Amino acid sequence: MTVIVPADPRPALSAVLDASARAWTDEATAAIAADASAIRRLFPAARRRCGHSRLNEHWTVDEAARAVLLTALPLRGQALADEVAALHRHGDPAEQRAVLRTLPLLDLGELALPLVREALRGNDTTLIEAALGPYAARHLPDPEYRQAVLKCVFCEIPLDRVHGLGTRADRELARMLADFAHERIAAGRDVPHDIRPVVRAFPDVIGEALEHAFDEEEVA
Amino acid sequence: MRIFDPHIHMSSRTTDDYEAMYAAGVRAVVEPAFWQGQPRTSPESFYDYFDALLGWEPYRAAQFGIQHFCTIALNPKEANDPRCTPVLDELDRYLAKDRVVAVGEIGYDSMTPEEDEALARQLQLALDHGLPALVHTPHRDKAAGTKRTLDVVRASGIDPALVVLDHLNELTAGMVLDSGCWAGFSIYPRTKMSEDRMVGILKDVGTERILVNSAADWGRSDPLKTRRTADAMAAAGFTEQDVDQVMWRNPVDFYGQSGRLELDSTLDEPRPDDRSSFQGNSIRRGGA
Repeated sequence: MTVIVPADPRPALSAVLDASARAWTDEATAAIAADASAIRRLFPAARRRCGHSRLNEHWTVDEAARAVLLTALPLRGQALADEVAALHRHGDPAEQRAVLRTLPLLDLGELALPLVREALRGNDTTLIEAALGPYAARHLPDPEYRQAVLKCVFCEIPLDRVHGLGTRADRELARMLADFAHERIAAGRDVPHDIRPVVRAFPDVIGEALEHAFDEEEVA
Repeated sequence: MRIFDPHIHMSSRTTDDYEAMYAAGVRAVVEPAFWQGQPRTSPESFYDYFDALLGWEPYRAAQFGIQHFCTIALNPKEANDPRCTPVLDELDRYLAKDRVVAVGEIGYDSMTPEEDEALARQLQLALDHGLPALVHTPHRDKAAGTKRTLDVVRASGIDPALVVLDHLNELTAGMVLDSGCWAGFSIYPRTKMSEDRMVGILKDVGTERILVNSAADWGRSDPLKTRRTADAMAAAGFTEQDVDQVMWRNPVDFYGQSGRLELDSTLDEPRPDDRSSFQGNSIRRGGA
C-alpha cells in the first residue's frame, strides 16, 4: 500500500522562522535530545515562540515546530509512545493536532492508535481530520477505517482530506456509503458529491434507485 | 468604563452572568484554579479542570465579548490530600501554556507542613516559568497567615513585584504593600470585604499595586462587585483615571508581566455566532 508520508518539516519551517524563533527551536531540540522530559514544558510553548500561520498544505507553523520537537525525542518503542500519549492527554486542541499530524514521522508501530481512536470518538472536525492522516491510513483496522470515513461524511469533512481512501476503500465501505445515500435521498436531503467515486468503484452496491438519483443529479 | 476582573471562577457561573458582566463593562477576566466546593480525590480531576480552564471556558467567555485567561496551581486546601499532591509533578506542562498568566491560587489554608511544601514548590515553579504568582491568604488567622506567607515569599527569592496576596483586609493591606507585593481585595456580598470598606482602604493606601476582584464562584458571591466598587469609588470622588487604574490598568500590568496576556483590542463586542464551537461542542441548546 502506498501511503504518502509528509515531508520533514524542518526546511520549510526554518525558512519562515525569524532568528529568535529559530534559536528557540534549536535550543529546545537540543534540550529534548539531552533529556526527553524537557519536552513537557517546551511543547506547549511552541506556538507563542514560533507563530501559528499556515506553512504549507500539511502543516501550520506551530504544528511543524511541535513536529520538530517530537522527532527530537531520544526514546523508542513503548517509552516513546508513553511520552507522546501524555503530551496528547495534556494538550489543547492545537497541541493534539500537532501530535496527530506527526505520527507518521515517529516510529510507533500501532502504539499510537489509541490517540487516533480518541480523536475519532470526538466532535472536533479539525482533530478528526488530523487523525485521518497517513498513520491511520496505514494502521487503522478495516472496520474502524470505514466508520471513520462515514463519520467524515456526517461531519462534512471533505473526503479528499482523508488519507489512503484510494487504496483502502473496499466493497463494504462502498455499501455503507450507498446505504447512506439511500437514506438521504429518501429524506429528500442532499447527498455529498465526494462519496460518488467510492460508490461507483463498486457498481454492484448501487441499486437502481440510487443509480437513477445519481444520474438525475448529474444531469441537473 | 472598562473592567478587568483579576480573580473570578467563571466555570461556576452562568451565561446570564457573562451577559450582565459585559453590560457592566467587564472585558477581561482571570480565572484562578481553585477547589470546587467538594474535594477532588484524584489528579485526573485536576487535569480535566485545567483543560476546561484553557479550552471550554475561554470559548464560553468569548461568546459574550469577554477575554478569559487563567492561573494554574494545586490550591492550598487540596494540597493537604495525598491523593491530590501528584498534581504538582505535572504542573510544568500546564504552566507552559499560552493563556496561563500566573501560578495560582497558591498559599495557606490551615498552615500545615503539606501546605508549606506545596507553596514553596509552586513559588519555585513561578520562578522557573517566569510567571507571576497569585497567593491566597487564609480566611482563619488571617493576619498571622499573611505575615507567614510574606516570609515564605521573601525566602523563595521571587521578585515581590511578581506576587499578589489576595483576600486582604484593613489589617493585612499595609504589610503586603510594604513588602513590595501587590495587594488583592475580594469584594463579597457579606464576608471578606465590601465596596465601601474598599473605598476606605483606597483612600488610605492609594491606587498603586491594588487589584480589586469579585472572586465570584459557586458560593454566595456577585460577579458585578467590580463594577459596584468602581461606582463607589466614583461616588467618593476618585477620578476616572483612578478608577481605570484600579479596574483595568493594574490587572493588565500585573498579569502582563507573564508576557502572555495577549489582549485582543478588536474584541469589543460579544460575538455569539451560531456556528462557533470548542472541540465541536457549543453553548447552544438543541444543537451539538
